[in-house]
Amino acid sequence: MDSLIPLFVIIPLGIAFLIPLTWRLIPGICRFLPSTGMLAMVVIAFFMLFYVGGEAITYKVGGWEPVDNIPIGIHLVADGLSLMMLVIVNIVGMMAGLFSIPYINKYTGENYYYSLFSLMVAGMNGVVMTGDLFNLFVFLEVSVIASYALVAFGSSKDELEASFKYQVLGGIASLLILFSLGMTYWYTGTLNIADVAKVIRTGSEGSTALFIQLFMVVGFGLKAAMIPFHAWLPDAHSSAPSPISAMLSGVLIKAIGVYAILRLFFTMFNITIEISYVITTIGVLSMVIGVLLAIGQWDMKRLLAYHSISQMGYVMTAAGIAMIIIAKGGDRQVAALALAGGLFHMFNHAAFKGLLFLNAGAVEYSTGTRNLKELGGMADLMPVTSFTSMGASLSISGIPPFNGFFSKLIIIIAAVQGRFYFIALLAVIVSIITLASFMKVQRYVFLDKARTPKLADAKEVPFLMCLPMIIMAILCLAMSLMLIPGIRDTFLLNAVNILLSVIY
Amino acid sequence: MITYLLCFILFLVGLYGVLTRKNLIKIIIGLSVMEYSLYLFLALIGYIDGGAAPIIDPSKPAGLVVDPLPQAFVLTAIVIGLATTALLLAIAIRLYKKYNTFDIDKINTLKG
Repeated sequence: MDSLIPLFVIIPLGIAFLIPLTWRLIPGICRFLPSTGMLAMVVIAFFMLFYVGGEAITYKVGGWEPVDNIPIGIHLVADGLSLMMLVIVNIVGMMAGLFSIPYINKYTGENYYYSLFSLMVAGMNGVVMTGDLFNLFVFLEVSVIASYALVAFGSSKDELEASFKYQVLGGIASLLILFSLGMTYWYTGTLNIADVAKVIRTGSEGSTALFIQLFMVVGFGLKAAMIPFHAWLPDAHSSAPSPISAMLSGVLIKAIGVYAILRLFFTMFNITIEISYVITTIGVLSMVIGVLLAIGQWDMKRLLAYHSISQMGYVMTAAGIAMIIIAKGGDRQVAALALAGGLFHMFNHAAFKGLLFLNAGAVEYSTGTRNLKELGGMADLMPVTSFTSMGASLSISGIPPFNGFFSKLIIIIAAVQGRFYFIALLAVIVSIITLASFMKVQRYVFLDKARTPKLADAKEVPFLMCLPMIIMAILCLAMSLMLIPGIRDTFLLNAVNILLSVIY
Repeated sequence: MITYLLCFILFLVGLYGVLTRKNLIKIIIGLSVMEYSLYLFLALIGYIDGGAAPIIDPSKPAGLVVDPLPQAFVLTAIVIGLATTALLLAIAIRLYKKYNTFDIDKINTLKG
């Protein structure tokens, strides 16, 4: 079973280098290669999820066995949480890959696009699975360098400027992460995450650990675009080609930002009250300010990008609540509930935000604009886009029976049970403002009469763009089923238990 | 201790450059300076006074050697840094072709 683990890096990496080589011979097949590869990885991830359940299985790269119980070399670890992340990364990747096939036709250099796309997925899969800190940094850089290039792919003024900004801030973030990893090695003398955890937990409570954690919060917070580190996200996510926006907002900020924070803080460090308050504050700030900034936007993708900040704020808030409860020695069940809500919302967000960006891409593909004031009346012209977008909007605003409702409900219940009444109130208010903001999108883009005469020529997008949107819309509904006992254990509780198992 | 301090000052010099310069190329240079200060720091982590190079020689007894792991980091990080710098410069050149300037005050179509 453990020999399947490296496939998650080998498949996308192999595809990334195969495409430029074989493009001239078989361009038609090459276009489908990334999504086919990701479909294979989804199947493998599901298979491992059902076969091994919550057990962590480790693959030792190069076959280096531990000496005196000290791990040597790089370990790749697949457990409940990382397999769940792999499933979500590769499903969104597969849909974005299919959506790209008609969408990216207007650009030159299609082969580089698919190649960079696969590289980005390879990097994310690596970040999610790695059990080694420096390896995490390397995979993180693989995925972000590919994303820098993809943001600039259209090479118009906006895209180049957004990419430059993204690269400078992303570069600073990478340096801070590298510094914190160097400090970790200095402090503990090892880089294997499990081994670092062992050293930190047996060692004395030091201020060095807090120092490292603060650098990690800033570094990974910049990658996850938490407020106050958000300046690059609206530009980068709105300038990129739409399938790439779906990948960036849908999975990249989670895999290399929020997931990394959750994984490192819960499994590696002792959870202290100071750092829990920092995480909660960042989460609440992102949640509230992100949605307030989104209200005034008239660019459809920019609005969605600000909502990404806000929704990631929910995840961080939930994680922060869980950390505060753990640090204060509170009820374990409430901490687990908050964490389950946060993780569930993270998975849900990948589905509905990916779908919303694909919708924005479809509208832009048909009409050539994404300014809300120039659109209108798309509901009759583009029924599939309109219908799926309605589902995604209801999902992100938390209307039952869509998945967003259940995850927000769990977070709010956990906040109330943990006696964070103010945070619960803020979460409800933010959810209402989100609903208002998406009613604006629905009205201006789909429901009103067309504002400019040229819109009458717009027609529904090709089948290959409709199919991913329909599948994602079904996912938005189907992910609610993850709460049913039985299904819940395999998907959600395993992931929560992985994070909590080290603590309790 | 003084070396760590100098290393930190070098990092701040780079950060100052990134934050205050208006020229794209100077921002890139600032980022590179920050990067190099970090590589220096990583190399210092593994350094031991009087340590030999970490090469096993069967004919001699193993003495005091410096830690080779941070050196491996630095090599990998330099390669990654090369990729980011090359991409940044490529984007800067494309921006220059669009705007005919490197001044970030004139390159401001996005609001942030």
